[in-house]
Amino acid sequence: MSRIGVFVCHCGENISRTVDVEQVAKAAGEIPGVAYSCDYKYMCSDPGQTLLKKAVAEHKLDGVLVAACSPRMHEKTFRKAAEAAGLNPYLCEMANIREHCSWVHEDRDMATAKAKDIVKLMVERVRKGKSLAPITVPVTKRALVIGGGIAGIQAALDVADAGHQVVLVERDPSIGGHMAQLSETFPTLDCSQCIMTPKMVDVANHPNITLYTYSEIEKVDGYIGNFQVTVKHKARSVDESKCTGCGVCMTKCPKKKIPNEFDQGHGMRPAIYVPFPQAVPNTPVIDRENCTMFQSGKCGVCAKVCGPGAVDYEQKDTLTVEDVGAIVVATGFKLYTIDRKPEGSPIQGYGEFGYGTIPDIIDGMTFERLASASGPTGGKILRPSDGKEPKQVVFIQCVGSRAREKGISYCSKVCCMYTAKHTMLYHHKVHDGQAYVFFMDARTPGKGYDEFWRRAVEEEEAVYIRGMVSRMYQRGDKIVVMGSDIQVGTQVEIEADLVVLATAVQPQDGADLLAQKLGISYDKYNFYSEAHAKLKPVECATAGIYLAGACQGPKDIPDTVSQASAAAAKVMTLFAKDKLERDPVVAKVNEKYCVGCFACKKVCAYGAIEEKEIRDRQGNLVKKVAYVNPGVCGGCGTCQATCPSKSIELDGYTDEQIMAMIEAL
Amino acid sequence: MHAEHIKHDFEPKIVAFVCTWCTYAGADLAGTSRMQYPSNVRVLKFPCTGRIDPVFILRAFQKGADGVLVSGCHPGDCHYMAGNFHARRRFAAFRALLNFVGVDLNRLQFSWVSAAEGGKWVDVVTELTERVRTMGPMPEFKELEHEEQWSTFAGTSVDKSTVLNSPELKEAYDSIG
Repeated sequence: MSRIGVFVCHCGENISRTVDVEQVAKAAGEIPGVAYSCDYKYMCSDPGQTLLKKAVAEHKLDGVLVAACSPRMHEKTFRKAAEAAGLNPYLCEMANIREHCSWVHEDRDMATAKAKDIVKLMVERVRKGKSLAPITVPVTKRALVIGGGIAGIQAALDVADAGHQVVLVERDPSIGGHMAQLSETFPTLDCSQCIMTPKMVDVANHPNITLYTYSEIEKVDGYIGNFQVTVKHKARSVDESKCTGCGVCMTKCPKKKIPNEFDQGHGMRPAIYVPFPQAVPNTPVIDRENCTMFQSGKCGVCAKVCGPGAVDYEQKDTLTVEDVGAIVVATGFKLYTIDRKPEGSPIQGYGEFGYGTIPDIIDGMTFERLASASGPTGGKILRPSDGKEPKQVVFIQCVGSRAREKGISYCSKVCCMYTAKHTMLYHHKVHDGQAYVFFMDARTPGKGYDEFWRRAVEEEEAVYIRGMVSRMYQRGDKIVVMGSDIQVGTQVEIEADLVVLATAVQPQDGADLLAQKLGISYDKYNFYSEAHAKLKPVECATAGIYLAGACQGPKDIPDTVSQASAAAAKVMTLFAKDKLERDPVVAKVNEKYCVGCFACKKVCAYGAIEEKEIRDRQGNLVKKVAYVNPGVCGGCGTCQATCPSKSIELDGYTDEQIMAMIEAL
Repeated sequence: MHAEHIKHDFEPKIVAFVCTWCTYAGADLAGTSRMQYPSNVRVLKFPCTGRIDPVFILRAFQKGADGVLVSGCHPGDCHYMAGNFHARRRFAAFRALLNFVGVDLNRLQFSWVSAAEGGKWVDVVTELTERVRTMGPMPEFKELEHEEQWSTFAGTSVDKSTVLNSPELKEAYDSIG
């Protein structure tokens, strides 16, 4: 390649203020092989791109270097322009003289010298560049949604309504997630169940949705458009095809005193159970750890009373493999629980609060269950210890959230709003009761949110105290809450009947393990990372995998539903094409030199390397060599750096290219 | 954050081999945040630190780099799942080798800089630049290159002390590249 064009951008003044762009263009013109160089105010603008296209034609350029901003910003723009001018897009590169030069160095001489060097390096890269053709792979138009909460349900319904098949996998016995647990929702005080359960039924009845409850993701293979997902169906001990959901087994089960997880351990359930009356599917499951039949082999009542004979103690876990083209991850959240701090977790507890030892200190979700008409108290606010109606309730915000010293620095986003809602629900049910709220900030950005919070403070008589609680302890049947009021500058002591903690929102248990199976990245809290915080908020860096809901970060219901629909839209965009074009930056094997040691195979995280047999005309095996499946290859190049015989090469980052750049140092 | 712009006697040449997804983006963030750092660093972008062959580092030192930085995603955050782990393992062995051949390991730095750590990028680059500045130019490989030149004439009876100054040899040497 010998006719390279270099285009130096001013980026308005962003580059030209500290870099002498004319000098850079002039110096570039003197590099051997550079046939044309110029500078222009805005290369990315329409006239800038036209300038590039014209220059390619006029000067018969066979390679283009645009010295401007980061390639992460405009590489696509210029590659498109180069393609329009008749060049292979991969013969167009960018030299980053903005983010890596003009913006970080104030000294004009030094910045200009550095810009020249960067251009020099990149010219070498263009010189050694190769034309690459995009790889096309077929798309399986079937989606997998992981998690059956509101996020998963919304995403599944949207994709299914668009006419595509959806597999929805939920690890609990019923879909519904946390939203099904809530009593009323802010800021409208809609009954959560009333808006949630019809959607759950829609999922169960949708002809395009295959619903797997009590199932988990075992393994994920493949790549965008072509994933093979192994789903483990945990043994329910009840045959779903035979069960009619009559519920006789549950009423006859002799073991009835098992704390109900759905009611946050405050109600009781039998060993054969559905999590809640509106569960979908309405098929019970046997909790083998608590079932007498499984523990001692003596019982079998449920099997005896079951008319259709659906109970099957012998049922085993089964596996199915589902072929899908896209995956939506919607695994949701859990609440931070001080008493059940995970082993080895860096998160500090709140020992001083006495949570877990004082029964009348509960978390927000437990309060939801107490306030819910379908909850353990039938919607009456009664405290757990003695079932009395609490007359003084203290709500404490930011327990765990925004507490860097305790290990979580983020804001859990929903607590300000749900605490305001709790004070209202409490006030509506216990007219002579008083609610106090210890808070640091009230964060209420959302449609109708601030109005709702003000209503709690101004009309519904909740007493908001700005300050934190230092300690709580039991005195008689009261809980003494010691805190501070920083606005008045005094210490406050309240004798409470019930304390509700707005504990931090955390990712679900096992979120990290699922991420490892999916090959997606997660932050230090195990929240999943989006590809770009602003411009790709629902996509993962791993192509074909999308995020919805609180698995990505704390979210309220409207945000969750919006993101779920956005994820569904991304899935549908992917499914709109029969074939998919992907970046051709993949590894290739030089079969002549490959000695078949398969060191590359060992280091390939994608499993893209296969063994290929080379045979002569008589069909005798000559040798075995490595073969890279271009559809599976991620393009990291680890194989190339590992290959002892240097016979595998990553397109776009060949040894020749990199060495040429180093030579130009 | 404004670094002082004092011109020093010796401006070291620092080469950074970085991955696209974390460190390159981290350096971009330092740019968009207008953080200031020494202009000695030249960045070479790789898809992943897993792609970085130790030979590149040797060649960089040989071509006059006074310090080399290799930086990628934090463990567990690799865009390619495990590339940075392979890189880490490779560099553990490579550093031992460099040490064995007598290269001061203070000239080679390996670090994790995520896309969100613009400040860390600045710190790492500044620290390495200043450290290498106090160490002076990288001598070993430049000398080695001269020796390479000698070896061309191995076995001949040419007077080696004068041959280095001959323009013919210089031309021949330059053509080797």
